[in-house]
Amino acid sequence: MNILFLFPLIPLLMMLGLWVSRSTRQIHAVMVAGSSLLLLLAVVLVFRFLALREAGETAAMLFTASHMWYAPLNIHFAVGVDGISVAMLLLSAIIVFTGTFASWQLKNDVKEYFLWFCLLSVGVFGFFISVDLFTMFLFYEVALIPMYLLIGVWGSGRKEYSAMKLTLMLMGGSAFLLIGILGIYFGAGARTMNILEIAVLHNIPLAEQRIWFPLVFIGFGVLGALFPFHTWSPDGHASAPTAVSMLHAGVLMKLGGYGCFRVAMFLLPDAAHELSWIFIVLTTISVVYGALSACVQTDLKYINAYSSVSHCGLVLFALLMMNETAATGAVLQMLSHGLMTALFFALIGMIYGRTHTRDIRQLSGLMKIMPFLAVGYVIAGLANLGLPGLSGFVAEMTIFNGAFMHADTFHRVVTIIACTSIVITAVYILRVVGRILYGTCTNPEHLKLSDASWDERFSVICLIVAVAGMGLAPLWVSDLVRGGVGTVITQLMN
Amino acid sequence: MEYTILILLLPFVSFLVLGLAGMKLRPVAAGVIGTAVVAVVAAVSYCTAFEYFFVAGRDAAGLYPTLIPWNGVWLPISATLHIDLGILLDPISVMMLVVISTVSLMVHIYSFGYMKGERGFQRYYAFLSLFTMSMMGLVVATNIFQMYLFWELVGVSSYLLIGFYYTKKEAIAASKKAFIVTRFADLGFLVGILFYGYYAGTFSFTPDAKLLVAAGGMIPLALGLMFIGGAGKSAMFPLHIWLPDAMEGPTPVSALIHAATMVVAGVYLVARMFPLFVGYAPEVLHGTAYIGAFTALYAAVVACVQSDIKRVLAFSTISQIGFMIVSLGVCTSTDPHAGGLGYMASMFHLFTHALFKALLFLGAGAIIHAVHSNEMSAMGGLRRYMPLTHATFLVACLAIAGIWPLSGFFSKDEILTACFAFSPVMGWVMTAIAGLTAFYMFRLYYNIFWGRENRELHAAHTPHEAPWTMTLPLLILAAATLVAGWIPFGRGISSNGEAYTIHIDGSVAAVSLCVAVAGIALATWMYAREKQPVADRLAETFSGLHRAAYHRFYIDEVYQFITHRVIFACISTPIAWFDRHVVDGVMNLLATATHGAAYAVREMQSGSVQRYCIWMLCGALGLTILVLIIC
Amino acid sequence: MIHMEYYLIVSTIMMFAGIYGFVTRRNLLAILISVELILNSVDINFVVFNRFLFPGELEGFFFALFAIGVSAAETAVAIAIIINIYRNLRNIQVRNLREMKW
Repeated sequence: MNILFLFPLIPLLMMLGLWVSRSTRQIHAVMVAGSSLLLLLAVVLVFRFLALREAGETAAMLFTASHMWYAPLNIHFAVGVDGISVAMLLLSAIIVFTGTFASWQLKNDVKEYFLWFCLLSVGVFGFFISVDLFTMFLFYEVALIPMYLLIGVWGSGRKEYSAMKLTLMLMGGSAFLLIGILGIYFGAGARTMNILEIAVLHNIPLAEQRIWFPLVFIGFGVLGALFPFHTWSPDGHASAPTAVSMLHAGVLMKLGGYGCFRVAMFLLPDAAHELSWIFIVLTTISVVYGALSACVQTDLKYINAYSSVSHCGLVLFALLMMNETAATGAVLQMLSHGLMTALFFALIGMIYGRTHTRDIRQLSGLMKIMPFLAVGYVIAGLANLGLPGLSGFVAEMTIFNGAFMHADTFHRVVTIIACTSIVITAVYILRVVGRILYGTCTNPEHLKLSDASWDERFSVICLIVAVAGMGLAPLWVSDLVRGGVGTVITQLMN
Repeated sequence: MEYTILILLLPFVSFLVLGLAGMKLRPVAAGVIGTAVVAVVAAVSYCTAFEYFFVAGRDAAGLYPTLIPWNGVWLPISATLHIDLGILLDPISVMMLVVISTVSLMVHIYSFGYMKGERGFQRYYAFLSLFTMSMMGLVVATNIFQMYLFWELVGVSSYLLIGFYYTKKEAIAASKKAFIVTRFADLGFLVGILFYGYYAGTFSFTPDAKLLVAAGGMIPLALGLMFIGGAGKSAMFPLHIWLPDAMEGPTPVSALIHAATMVVAGVYLVARMFPLFVGYAPEVLHGTAYIGAFTALYAAVVACVQSDIKRVLAFSTISQIGFMIVSLGVCTSTDPHAGGLGYMASMFHLFTHALFKALLFLGAGAIIHAVHSNEMSAMGGLRRYMPLTHATFLVACLAIAGIWPLSGFFSKDEILTACFAFSPVMGWVMTAIAGLTAFYMFRLYYNIFWGRENRELHAAHTPHEAPWTMTLPLLILAAATLVAGWIPFGRGISSNGEAYTIHIDGSVAAVSLCVAVAGIALATWMYAREKQPVADRLAETFSGLHRAAYHRFYIDEVYQFITHRVIFACISTPIAWFDRHVVDGVMNLLATATHGAAYAVREMQSGSVQRYCIWMLCGALGLTILVLIIC
Repeated sequence: MIHMEYYLIVSTIMMFAGIYGFVTRRNLLAILISVELILNSVDINFVVFNRFLFPGELEGFFFALFAIGVSAAETAVAIAIIINIYRNLRNIQVRNLREMKW
């Protein structure tokens, strides 16, 4: 059997296991076993993928398989991976694994929570392995629905409002997307839904591409927090439970960037060239606007959500630069942002779980009270502001270098504007660190709080190791990703 | 010389060990590990220097070769561009290795005494190791991007160490300020590197000359932007504001980072890019000279009126770095005999300054340790209590004032010579600033060790000489300061690599000595005695100027205004409001509109069959009429 | 000879009287009677059309008979329901029948 089928299958089996579980203990056992297996599988996949590439496999996608599903519309369950998807699968597996530990302390409706959590993973993994437009869309939808319940039921604050807003906005995006996908299918002669085959056909007339490109790009862009369709993100993240925030910001938002690259730009390259400037302007706004908004927020999760808007904006920004370096940087940024934002949300969740407030005006001096969490927060912050040796630096530098390869004034100017985000990022990160971690604790209630428990420590350490690993030895990730990016860029250049 | 990799690896390992296991270790054990590692690093650095200058020696052309014992691709950017990590040895990097490891070792030993009993002793040593590693990585960088990478790392170590006392408000604010200001400058550096990488086609320091010529005006632009980064790190006006505040960190840290090593990174950067500056952007280079001169003057004036001894030293550092920048900036060619003297002079001053400024800071640390205050008002007359510190501090003050035969004299003399060669105006201005330096250093000296003694305080708490762990580094550095000037520096380091014999220009030396002595004499007249009528009267007469200088000419307030009033209040807050109310408002409006429409339509679904029946009938009638009309 | 139009006029009047009753009456029994009126008017139409337009055929008569049979059964079911409603609610006004509405 194709190794890729296991990725959506394991979460399904986990759901089955959860369904028959009787106690929290059993549920945890199922979750740990399943998510470790997924992580293991992702690592194995990376090594097998690299080995095959080493052996001279040059096909665009490896491990391909295709089964007819619905003949009249040529829908296949077609799978395959390239460097980008392998990297994203690894990221998702890490986040699911650490997310499991981050939700260890959950008390109410544990079984249902994890059931939805697994369904969400099914969607995410299915999305990344699909090379068929329709199944891709299907898994995309599968990933969105559980989000509604996870936030609406297990969230905090204005959870119903946020859950509704998030789902509706993302559904609105997917409505655009569906039209776009159908447009691509019929524009390419209604012969195949397979992305690679459509790319080879390359026969969608430019006039049609001009219509479908914005639809698909915005459809995925909503999930990638493209300005001005990003407002679900602050509310959604703020209300979501910890592990859901992690998975959402860490993986789900990457679906947007991945889709923009894999579908919008790969299949509609001519329109992408023609219309990229509009979206470059929008993403540049995202980058700076998100960072500036984060500077004055007072809720930890809002700060991080706006920071995500800024960083995910950088992903789309880099993709639109349409050269190999920038696109590699974009994928690296997806990985890096996925890891560090998951780390951030995990830590915020843990701090919130203790102090029951996320308002930075009410928190202070946490370094003395919970040193482990505080140090973790500082590390996450430093990764976020692009400290060398952690993942953010690698991604940002690759992006900026790639973006600078365009010698015209427009690209230069937007690149320099985007570069200013590294300064603004430093401002809001240090503001929070200075405010909540340093200083002396003013709230006597907080003095009694305990530091992280073992499961939380484990989750945080895993993420820090991943962030540092990517930051210290970026060469292999970069090489892995570059191969996958090359195919798309070649298509764009032709 | 493959073993040089140890210089980077050992501190890194020590950082990891102390960082991860620090809490489990006893404080002393952590200190010993950190110090031992730095001692080994220092030994390796000396060994490298010895082997480089004396064993490997000059190549056939009579130049010291550039050795790259290690280099590897760290991150590929494109087919031709890649970020490498490696070790590059040439005269200036080897010199820097010696300076950094020496000062770092001294600070490590000194900290045993100074930081004794502090909470977070292990953390302190971990950060020191991180800093040592980053700084070493910066100076041995084989390419500009590696330099940038470690540049950011030293920035972070500096941030962490300034904020070491993380419960103290001022320390938090200072660390934040230092990081953000330098980060802002680094933006310029980064963009400069991006330009450089694009037009030179490489990040290495020796690009293809053809490409550079073809790039035209872009190379000066790139170098100018890079200098902004250097100016941030080296506290050039107007990016200097973070350095005085950075004195909130522990004093040994100020000695290591904010006096001797990190703050000269900007100078080192310009020196590193010197051939490019001279060859392709001489205007930019001279521009840096003017910035340096202005900074030197500004900082010297401000230093004259500060009352916190560490701040005086901080401004003196800014001023001295200004000297180094000026010295580089006045170069007009790479030939040391014709306009390239400044390069050697600058490096020489960097070397001597690192030693005596570290000595000054460590001395100041010993004093602060004794009186538990940074303010001059708590001091005075300390020579009786702390003879050793007094002697070493005096040596350092004489050195920085430029008195023969101490090290500062020689390097400053070369700088002034280079300035006079560039233009007499620059020469005289810098000479005047040198005199000012002598004045404010001796004002400091007298206010600490002579002058008005704070008898009540000293009676309540008698100041005492520091423990040997603290005085030993002072003695070593003082000894180094005494002899460093006699090192034939030009033989090893000069602008074109050829041996250059330093010769003292009689007239310049005489003038600078006279000025220095005059400065000292003035300070003696004004501050040496118990009563200081002249100083007080001056402060009263020019109270406006005095107050302005004391507040550093309100530059900080300007920044405060820009960041808080303009960026936070006028940009960020409106953007956040816009996001919540306009962007989000549109989305909410859509939702409300849909909701309203749904309510409107809902009325029809009343559930009353009879009403449906009417609608059905109307529909049927309507259809019938329609059919009748059409047929 | 009575023209076909006269029958049709009668059945139309019956039809619209039934519809009017169905729409306006609040009593279930009255509504039921109205429905019966509509049905019967249709029956009349069937018979009349058969008689005047296709004199040789019998489908119209048969259909009318079927319709009478079905409507008898339907009326029986409806009355049974109404009686049950009456037993439960002591009332057969339409506006009171809200139990099943949501």
